[in-house]
Amino acid sequence: MTTTTPETPQAPTRPKLSPRKRAQRFRLAQYALLVIVVAALALTVDWPAVRDSFFAPEDIKLTLTSGLGTALKNTIIYTAGAFVIGLVLGTVLALMRLSSVGPYRWFATAWIEFFRGLPALLVLLVFGTLSIAFPGLVIPFDPYGTVWVGLGIVASAYMAETIRAGIQAVPKGQVEAARSLGMTPGASTRKIVLPQALRIVIPPLTNELILLIKDSSLVFILGISTTGFELTKYGRDLGNQTAGLTPLTVAGLCYLVITLPLSVLVRRMEARQRKER
Amino acid sequence: MSATTTNTAVVEVQDLNKSFGDNHVLRGIDTTVREGEVVCVIGPSGSGKSTFLRCINLLEEPSSGSVRVGGEEVTDPDCDIDAIRRNMGMVFQQFNLFPHLSVLENCTIAQTTVLKRSKSEAQATARANLEKVGLSEKADAYPAQLSGGQQQRVAIARALSMDPQLMLFDEPTSALDPELVGDVLSVMRRLASEGMTMMVVTHEMAFARDVADRVIFMDGGVIVEEGSPERVIGDPQEERTRTFLQRVLDPTHVDPGAEDAAYDKRHHDSESAADNFVKPQDTHGHYGH
Repeated sequence: MTTTTPETPQAPTRPKLSPRKRAQRFRLAQYALLVIVVAALALTVDWPAVRDSFFAPEDIKLTLTSGLGTALKNTIIYTAGAFVIGLVLGTVLALMRLSSVGPYRWFATAWIEFFRGLPALLVLLVFGTLSIAFPGLVIPFDPYGTVWVGLGIVASAYMAETIRAGIQAVPKGQVEAARSLGMTPGASTRKIVLPQALRIVIPPLTNELILLIKDSSLVFILGISTTGFELTKYGRDLGNQTAGLTPLTVAGLCYLVITLPLSVLVRRMEARQRKER
Repeated sequence: MSATTTNTAVVEVQDLNKSFGDNHVLRGIDTTVREGEVVCVIGPSGSGKSTFLRCINLLEEPSSGSVRVGGEEVTDPDCDIDAIRRNMGMVFQQFNLFPHLSVLENCTIAQTTVLKRSKSEAQATARANLEKVGLSEKADAYPAQLSGGQQQRVAIARALSMDPQLMLFDEPTSALDPELVGDVLSVMRRLASEGMTMMVVTHEMAFARDVADRVIFMDGGVIVEEGSPERVIGDPQEERTRTFLQRVLDPTHVDPGAEDAAYDKRHHDSESAADNFVKPQDTHGHYGH
């Protein structure tokens, strides 16, 4: 990258190190520091103790064979249902917030502010004990139904704001073009605006989905039976049993088994869509 | 072109007024467009010509006056505006193609949802119109993969796929690179020669002179002068028309700043109105090429 410039009378005197060389040395120093820190850790940590608490082989085996698959499946079922409810409700709420009808706007704003401001744990707890206030009320698919509605409603408040931003990012000319082709306001929204808006908000919606996967760990508050355990509850109970952290470590890694492929999938979707826009 | 013009009025505009807040953009427009007629609307920026066009398919709601298209009163609050819009196509300065749909889908979506045509019938119509604008081989491409000129021709094919009685063009070549203007204009010229009724807001004086049956010169929200292109462009009677044409046709021999005062006057205390003129530009960034 060095270029030879013709000597001019006013040529500034060169510093001893060019900016490039200075940056190189600085980076070298950083790498050296990193190596030192890693080496220090490796030497000072008591590795056998770490292995016994986090990766005890017999506990790993116990965790894998006592129903990890069911817990993983439950986590996915809780999350997927809540996400679908959140997405549908969130889309409706976003459209209501942008409606020209005042009461729709007020209702949506109140809903969003209310459920966004409450801890998900509290909302879930209320839905789990709703039958006290409304005897005879039964949320179907128990316990899944309760979790779907509780977490889904909280998610809908967040998603509504995300989707609203997406709708507003679609240029006004898109609606004008659709309407000038004779499409009704409803058809323009469904066929032209929403598909574009949802594409725009895929990255923040992925965030929302991953947050939901983790929020599904709040299900323990409902006091469900073992068949309804999700990963965290499952890992915690086994951890109490084995008096070690290994079951929790394994359960924790299972979350990554869900989220990492998801991230890859979404990145692919985005790459494909970049072509279309 | 006037050979194809009949006596049936397609568009009748009476005393059309439009205000954006304090800014009185249209101040009493009266005109009639007959079947098969090609009308070019010219005039300086801010003269209200785009607003005029947008009032005809009610993208802007007129403040007062009446607009009738094919005998239907567009300005009647109880009219079925979607049904009336089916009969007129609109082509925008910024194309406004649907970026999430392929070229073919852009041309079929309104046919299937609005006209309830079958998918195969809609596709056949779309392909015929894409053929007409010279883009049949791009049917499966997405808008972002096309040049501006190609996008605008797809927009024309999209509008034609609805079999409209009337085509509105809102500065269709203003956002194009100069070398791409000709493709779009020649498509429009062919359309005119096939007898389509057209209203074209444009800065292309050569197009207006060659293709228009009638030229309307607007300034300050009124029709200053209208008539055959030979009369309005070739031999303008009004001082304002002459000044405008001189500036457009011979832009290198104008005193710098001579138009500033008039421009300020037109855009005077009109923040909201100015937004309306600028908006098509705003949307450009989102789907930049």
